[in-house]
Amino acid sequence: MTLLAAADTGPSCYSRFVNEWFCWQYVEDRHEQITDALVEHVLITLAALLLGIAIALPLALLARRLPRLESAVMGFSTGVYTIPSLALLPLLVPFTGLSAATVVIGLGLYALTILVRALLDGLRSVPDDVREAATGLGYGRARMLTRVEMPLALPVAMAGLRVAAVSTIALTTVGTLVAYGGLGDLISHGVQRDFKAELMTAAVLCVVLAVVLDVVLVVLQRVLTPWTAGAR
Amino acid sequence: MDGGGALMELFAETWQYLLDADSWTGGGGLVARLLEQLLLTATALVAAMLLGLPLALWLGHLGRGGFLAVNVSNVGRAVPTFALLALLVAADWPGSGDFGPYGRAGLATLIALVLFALPPLITNGYVGMREVPSDVQEAADGMGMSPGQRFRRVELPLALPVVASGVRLALVQVWATATIAALVAGPGLGRIITEGFARNDYAQGMAGAVVVALVALVLELTAAALQRAVDPMPRGPSRRDPSPDGVEPLSGRSTTVEEAPAGS
Repeated sequence: MTLLAAADTGPSCYSRFVNEWFCWQYVEDRHEQITDALVEHVLITLAALLLGIAIALPLALLARRLPRLESAVMGFSTGVYTIPSLALLPLLVPFTGLSAATVVIGLGLYALTILVRALLDGLRSVPDDVREAATGLGYGRARMLTRVEMPLALPVAMAGLRVAAVSTIALTTVGTLVAYGGLGDLISHGVQRDFKAELMTAAVLCVVLAVVLDVVLVVLQRVLTPWTAGAR
Repeated sequence: MDGGGALMELFAETWQYLLDADSWTGGGGLVARLLEQLLLTATALVAAMLLGLPLALWLGHLGRGGFLAVNVSNVGRAVPTFALLALLVAADWPGSGDFGPYGRAGLATLIALVLFALPPLITNGYVGMREVPSDVQEAADGMGMSPGQRFRRVELPLALPVVASGVRLALVQVWATATIAALVAGPGLGRIITEGFARNDYAQGMAGAVVVALVALVLELTAAALQRAVDPMPRGPSRRDPSPDGVEPLSGRSTTVEEAPAGS
């Protein structure tokens, strides 16, 4: 029936009648749209991660001094984990509206909870005798933190950052609820219109993005902590 | 976005929606969706435990496949739940057809839920078994236990706390993924949220989100309480023989091996 109509007018592999999963023609024809979604995805992810780091660092340092704050932070982060992303975003909408800020803050919260735990674990992993040695060398609190504790906490903290980065990339897609989902918007559109090439391309790009970011962070960690080479 | 007045109004409307009996009853009401999602969650969690735990515990017992068992969690985190759900729904099989009491796109949702419950179960199952101290294992061998006895009477009871925390992580993950199913027109409470947003009825969206979040917290707290209640102190492995497939892993402290998967 309609199958014949398709052939000679040269409909691409993403026309309604063919609707293939993998279609390079689609990528070529819509590369601007795809690039826009990709850039939005990366920007939202990076903003959320930076927000998470910016809050997690002082929070972890404070929580280390105040045990009561630490248990409060731990309880809070377990609570946030438990709330599904699709429920967290609507709860933020009254404050931030249907904007990219809603997604960034929501994902920043998830990243924050991973990062605070990782930072606390990292700081706790610094051996006590190293601290004593630094004190013996006359290191004050600030210099101890920046010169001794932070560098030694870095491997564990970076492991946490990798976890946070990869899951934030994946979670950004849910931002499509407020129309700021990066590649998630393409996935959403693709599934509504049964547009298989769009759906598959966006899904593959999400995974590729996660892998690329993870590799970047591994390289960054090698550069920042040269003494751990070979250990991991 | 708006002034404080509009904000308060939205909260008032949300409250109104939650108090309205009509929003709870009926075909697409909160109660029906809640039951749908609880059924989905329970089915997927049990299926994933039956599939994943025997494999993970066996691998841990043998001490093989560690690379796979640990990295499956990393891979699981990199795959967006939403993308996988969308792919399953758009595919010819399982597609978006009705599936018994699970509703539209029920089968696709169930498959996605099981897939995303597996990584924490497998990783924690394996790590739990591997963390049993080797001198304890040697002692068991020295007492003349067969590998099977060592597995059932020594390794499994000692691994239970870590296995149980894997089950808790899986529960949180499954509940979150079941909510996202609504983004691809699947079943569950997420529908209340997505329908609200699609109709610009933000009060409904908020109300759905509140219910989803509250039930999530209740589930997590219940799981944590059960974990603590069932096992006062992990001393005395002889209290009972847990079944080999670990269907009753709710014991031990919450020794979390992996970070929770960020509510995806």
